[in-house]
Amino acid sequence: MAKVLVVTSGKGGVGKTTSTAALGAALATSGKKVVLVDFDVGLRNLDLVMGAERRVVYDLINVVQGDAKLAQALIRDKRVPALHLLPASQTRDKDALTDEGVARVIAELREKFDWVICDSPAGIERGATLAMRHADVAIIVTNPEVSSVRDSDRIIGLLDSKTEKAEKGERVEKHLLLTRFDAARAGRGEMLNVEDVLEILSIPLLGIIPESFEVLRASNLGSPVTLNNPASAPARAYFDAAKRLNGEALDMTIPSDRKGLFGMLFGRRAA
Amino acid sequence: MTEVARPRHSIRFHGRSYHAMVLAPEPPVANWLAELDTWLERSPGFFFGRPVVLDLAILQPGKQGVAELLQNLAERNIKVMGIEGAEPSWLDFAMPPLLLSGRQTSAVPDDYPLAAAEAPAPTPVSESAADVAAALSDAPSPAADPAPVVTPAPRQPNSLLLDTPVRSGQCIVHPEGDVIVVGSVASGAEVIAGGSIHVYGTLRGRAIAGSRDARARIFCRKLEAELLSIDGLYMVADDMPAHLRGQPIQVWLDGDSMMMTQD
Repeated sequence: MAKVLVVTSGKGGVGKTTSTAALGAALATSGKKVVLVDFDVGLRNLDLVMGAERRVVYDLINVVQGDAKLAQALIRDKRVPALHLLPASQTRDKDALTDEGVARVIAELREKFDWVICDSPAGIERGATLAMRHADVAIIVTNPEVSSVRDSDRIIGLLDSKTEKAEKGERVEKHLLLTRFDAARAGRGEMLNVEDVLEILSIPLLGIIPESFEVLRASNLGSPVTLNNPASAPARAYFDAAKRLNGEALDMTIPSDRKGLFGMLFGRRAA
Repeated sequence: MTEVARPRHSIRFHGRSYHAMVLAPEPPVANWLAELDTWLERSPGFFFGRPVVLDLAILQPGKQGVAELLQNLAERNIKVMGIEGAEPSWLDFAMPPLLLSGRQTSAVPDDYPLAAAEAPAPTPVSESAADVAAALSDAPSPAADPAPVVTPAPRQPNSLLLDTPVRSGQCIVHPEGDVIVVGSVASGAEVIAGGSIHVYGTLRGRAIAGSRDARARIFCRKLEAELLSIDGLYMVADDMPAHLRGQPIQVWLDGDSMMMTQD
């Protein structure tokens, strides 16, 4: 049974696209058939993070409007064959997305894949509400910072009222993904800690992704962090989150890049 | 430990009573309208310029029926200023507002002056400071409107219980009574109640209580609120005593002061 997952946050720049790519790749390496759908029409980024920007011919808008078949627009990942991308259009805007067209495309994707992961644009306008419209599961990406937490809370309210499931009286399954978390800074009170965020949002925690230069490095190389450096701390955190999405119960840990004695000496000398 | 926190600026919303004539249609509507027509034939200018309130407690017409009835009255040049005894769901924004605090008075005299407003009567809910002090020893805040209400239908218990958190951007409006929130009220959310507001989680948003009752109170298990208001008096986060933040508190009104105490 296919599941439609929306990755959303309200606030921009918290790591929706990075998390979509990393989780999608992690799920695909575990043997699931995964498609990533970029709903950020007009500001597409997912193709860059996935390293597929040179292979885009048709996009979501073409498929929604019936100008191209779904199979023509889907881009298969070169590294993980089970991973596919449906890119967004850079030249059109969100008004080109129709309710019926999106419903049709999502229904078609449900038949072909195990996971349909929708990368939502920032904000609470049409693009974001369309991305969450057909979701069964939602991941709310939040930074440990007050404005991000408040925007996430707003999005949770929308998930409970504006989605197809909510209108049928059912509930969208919601998970919190805390990104860019720095345990040392949270300990010093410079960031919200995990308990604060969970207390405010009161939804279950899917994972804590530590702040790491690996994430930016992977994005710039056009590769999800889970493929670029699977042993890095953020990649391990994403793999754990993907396992929890598949129903595994794991202890919640915050992976860190542990430095050996040599690394510490070296690090200190460099500083 | 009781704090008096006087807000620097305050806006007060005053209550005022007016006389209005109440029309209470009875089913079947067609017969009632025919009777009204014969009445209008005898005294054609009777309703001209008179404030008329429509009491729907007997008729129970439903959403469609209200629209038709208002249309029929408009055709007879009867302007309806308010509706009584109706379900809020029957009314849309374009219709006259729902009135809840009506009190029976004698029939409107024929020579009722049209333009002269009534002397500002005290609103039925205003209480003397002594009463408030006396009420403090009582356990829960009285929720119901103390004014006798003309609607013949028995008043049902009308508190609103929410067992999900109130999220940022959501606005809960319940003018008929108390609002009880089992979870938290998020920053950027708003709860507006005719009576008291009870929050069993953290109150981070705005709580606006007592739009119909100056004796209403606000209770919360943890105070992080952006704004608290009772009966038009309000207090923003900056005006709240710093040592009460994060504490379980109770807020009530003593005359023109908002009082806040740790529970």
